[in-house]
Amino acid sequence: MTIASQSPSAAPTTAPVPVDPPTPDAPPARRRTTLTRNRWGYAYVAPFFLVFAAFSLYPFLYTAWVSLHRTSLSDIDGGTFVGLENYRNLLQSEFFWNAARNTLTIGILGTVPQLCMALGLAHLLNYKLRGRTFFRTVMLMPYATSIAAATLVFAQLFGRDYGLINTALEAVGLDRVDWEAGTWTSQIAIAVIVTWRWTGYNALIYLAAMQSIPGELYEAAEIDGASRWKQFLHVTIPSLRPTILFTIVVSTIGAVQLFGEPLLFAGNGTTSGGSSGQYQTLGLLMYQQGWTNFHIGQAATTAWAMFLIILLVVGANAVVGRLRARADR
Amino acid sequence: MSHSRRAQALTGAVLAVALLTAGCGGSDASDEPYDPDAPVTLTVGTFGTMDLDNSGLYEEYMELHPNVTIEQNNIAQSAAYYQSLQTRLAAGSGLDDIQGLEIGFIADVARNHADSFVDFASLDNADELEGNFYDWKWGQASTDDGRVLGLGTDSGPQAMCYRTDLFAQAGLPTDREQVGQLWSTWDDYLDVARQYQAAPGTPAGSAFVDSPASIFSSSVYQGDLAYNDEEGNPIPGDSDGVDSAWGFASQAAEEGLTANLSQFGDEWNAAFSNGAFATIACPAWMLGYITSQMGDEGAGLWDIAPLPGAEQSASNWGGAWLGVPSNGENVEAATELVEWLTAPEQQVRVFTEAAHFPSSPQAAEDPAVVGFTDPYFSDAPTGEIFSQSAANIQRTPIGPYDTQIQEAFTTALTDVATNGTSPDEAFQNALEAAEQAVGG
Repeated sequence: MTIASQSPSAAPTTAPVPVDPPTPDAPPARRRTTLTRNRWGYAYVAPFFLVFAAFSLYPFLYTAWVSLHRTSLSDIDGGTFVGLENYRNLLQSEFFWNAARNTLTIGILGTVPQLCMALGLAHLLNYKLRGRTFFRTVMLMPYATSIAAATLVFAQLFGRDYGLINTALEAVGLDRVDWEAGTWTSQIAIAVIVTWRWTGYNALIYLAAMQSIPGELYEAAEIDGASRWKQFLHVTIPSLRPTILFTIVVSTIGAVQLFGEPLLFAGNGTTSGGSSGQYQTLGLLMYQQGWTNFHIGQAATTAWAMFLIILLVVGANAVVGRLRARADR
Repeated sequence: MSHSRRAQALTGAVLAVALLTAGCGGSDASDEPYDPDAPVTLTVGTFGTMDLDNSGLYEEYMELHPNVTIEQNNIAQSAAYYQSLQTRLAAGSGLDDIQGLEIGFIADVARNHADSFVDFASLDNADELEGNFYDWKWGQASTDDGRVLGLGTDSGPQAMCYRTDLFAQAGLPTDREQVGQLWSTWDDYLDVARQYQAAPGTPAGSAFVDSPASIFSSSVYQGDLAYNDEEGNPIPGDSDGVDSAWGFASQAAEEGLTANLSQFGDEWNAAFSNGAFATIACPAWMLGYITSQMGDEGAGLWDIAPLPGAEQSASNWGGAWLGVPSNGENVEAATELVEWLTAPEQQVRVFTEAAHFPSSPQAAEDPAVVGFTDPYFSDAPTGEIFSQSAANIQRTPIGPYDTQIQEAFTTALTDVATNGTSPDEAFQNALEAAEQAVGG
C-alpha cells in the first residue's frame, strides 16, 4: 500500500496546507481548526469515499493502466506494455469511427425528440387535470421496467417476419420493413426504445421545475395579452433553462454509453451490431473487443475514449449554458 | 505530534485490512493423500444443453459412489459461460471442480491455459483413455507438447435435415435415399434449391434453406483447412475450406435461396414452426434443437439425408470436452468422475437419452447407437447416419478464434442476402472483422 510509505505530512488532514497556494485568505492555522472541528463530518462521509475509491476510482485508474497493455481477458494482469499503441490503433480503426458515428446518430435520434416530447407532456400535466397523479405515475412506469425486458419486447415488435409493426404496416397497405437490417431503420428502432423508456422520467423533472415557476409571471404575461403558447415560449422555457441543460447533460451521458438496447436488439447475442455494424455503438464495440474477442486492453482503451468524449460533450454543454446565461444578463 | 500518531494508526489499520483480505484469498489445496471413499461434493460447470444431468448420469454415479455429491452449475449461453470461465482463470479462483469446454474454447485453453488444467496424457491409464476417443477428438484437446486437457463428451458429425412435407409439395422426392442422391455435391444442392423455389407447389414465403450460415458453417470444415493452418494460426483469407464454403453460401445468399435468418436469433427460432425453410444443416446436436423448437407439432415432418459433399469429405461441427482445473481441491475425485462421464457406456446413454452423438468410436459402434432410429425424424436411422459420418471425419486444425471468425463470415453473408452487398465486398468486410477479432 502506498499510504504506508508516505510521510505523515501527506496524511489527509494536513495535505492541503503546503500545496494549496490559491486561497490566501484562509490562513493555515484557521483551516486546521475548522478541520478538527468538523472531524465527525469527515468521519460520516468517509464510508462513501472508501466505497467510491474501491469501486469507482480504483477500477477507473486500473482501466487506464490496462489500456496501455496488449492483453487478454483471461490474463488481465499480464500482457505486454505497449504505451499508447492501443489509442493509436483505435483512432485508425474503421470500427471505432463507425461506432462513434452510430452513437452520435442514435444519440440525436433518441434524445432530441425525447426531450421535446417530455417538455410538451410536462406542460400538459401542469394543467389541473382530473387524475393527474395517475398520469404522472403511468409516465414513470417505462423508466421502472428493465432495459432487457423492454428491448426484448421491442425487438419482437420490430421483427421482420413475425413482428407486430410489420403486420400493422401490411394491414394498411404499406410494405414490410426489415428494421434490423437497414442503417436508419435499425437506428430509429433503437431510438424508439430509448425514447419510450426515458420520456416520462424527463417529463417529471420538467414538471417539478415548472411547478416552481412563480404564478405572478404568468399573470403578468396574461395581462400583457400573451397567449398560452406565447407564455410557454417566453415564460416557461426560459425559466426551465437550467433544468433543460441538466437533462441534456444526463441524456448525453446516457447516449454515449448506450449499450443494452443495441446488444439485445440483435436477438442472437452477437456483438457486431448488425450485419454491417449498422447499429454498433461505442459501448457495444467495447463489449465486443473485451468480451467477444477477449482483447481487454483494446476494450479499456475504448472505455477511456468514451469517457473523454463524455467529458468533451458535457464540457461543451456547460460552456454553451454559461455563455447563454451571461448573454441574458 | 498528534497528527503523525494518527497517521500511523491509519496506516496500521489499512495494512491490517490489506493483510486480512489477502489472507482470505489464499486457500491452498490440501496435501493429504487422496481417499476415494471420503465424502466429497463435486461441482460441474456446464453450458447450454450438455444434458449430462438429463441423461441421468449424475444420479447413477452418486448411486455407485455414495460418498460423492454432484452439483451442476449450468450457464445457458455458451458465450456467457466462456466469459466467466476466462475471468475466473484470470483470477485463479472460483472455478468448478470440472469445467465443460466447447470446441470454440478448447484451442484457447490448449494454447494459453494448459497449466491450469489436469493433463490426461500424464495419467497412468492415459493409453486406455486415448483408445476411448476418435483420434481427431483426442487431438483437438492436445497441446503442441502433447498434453491433453479434456476428455470428449459429444461430437458434431454432420448431415442435412429436410422437411418431407415441404419437399412433397414442391414435387421433390421425400425418401432419404433418393434425397441423398439429389445432392451428392453442394452444386447439386444449390440446383435443388433453385428447383424448390421455382416449383409451383412450394408454399409462399418458404425458402430452401434457413440461412447462408447453414451452408457456410457446415461446408467450411469439409476443406483440408477451415480457419487455421496446421499450427492453429488463423488464416481465414487463404483456406480452401473458407474459399469453397464462401462460394456456395454467398451464391445462395445472392440468389435468395435462403430464408436469410440469423441462426440462434428470435426470428430463426420462430421460423422453425412456420415452415419458413425446407432444409437445415444438421450437426448431430441440431436434432435436439429442432425437437425443442418445434415440439410435438414437428414430429414426423423432418427426415435426414447425408450432407452434400459427404462422400468426398466428412466433417465435424461442434462438440465439447470436460476438463479438470488443476488447482481445485478435489482434483483426483473430479478426474475420476470425468473419466466415468466420458467413458463409452455413458456416451451411449447420452446419445439414446438426449441425442448428443458420441466422440468415442466404441460408443458410436455400439449396437444401441448404430441401431437407433429417431421417431421424431420419420424413424431415420440417426445412429447409423452419424456413425458413418463420424468414422470418416478428418482432423481439421482448430484455433482460439474460430467462433469469432465464423461469426465474421456468417454476419457478412447476412449482409449479402439482406442488403445486396456484393459477395466480394462482403468477403473483404468479413476478413477485416476477423482480423479485428484475432487482433494482432
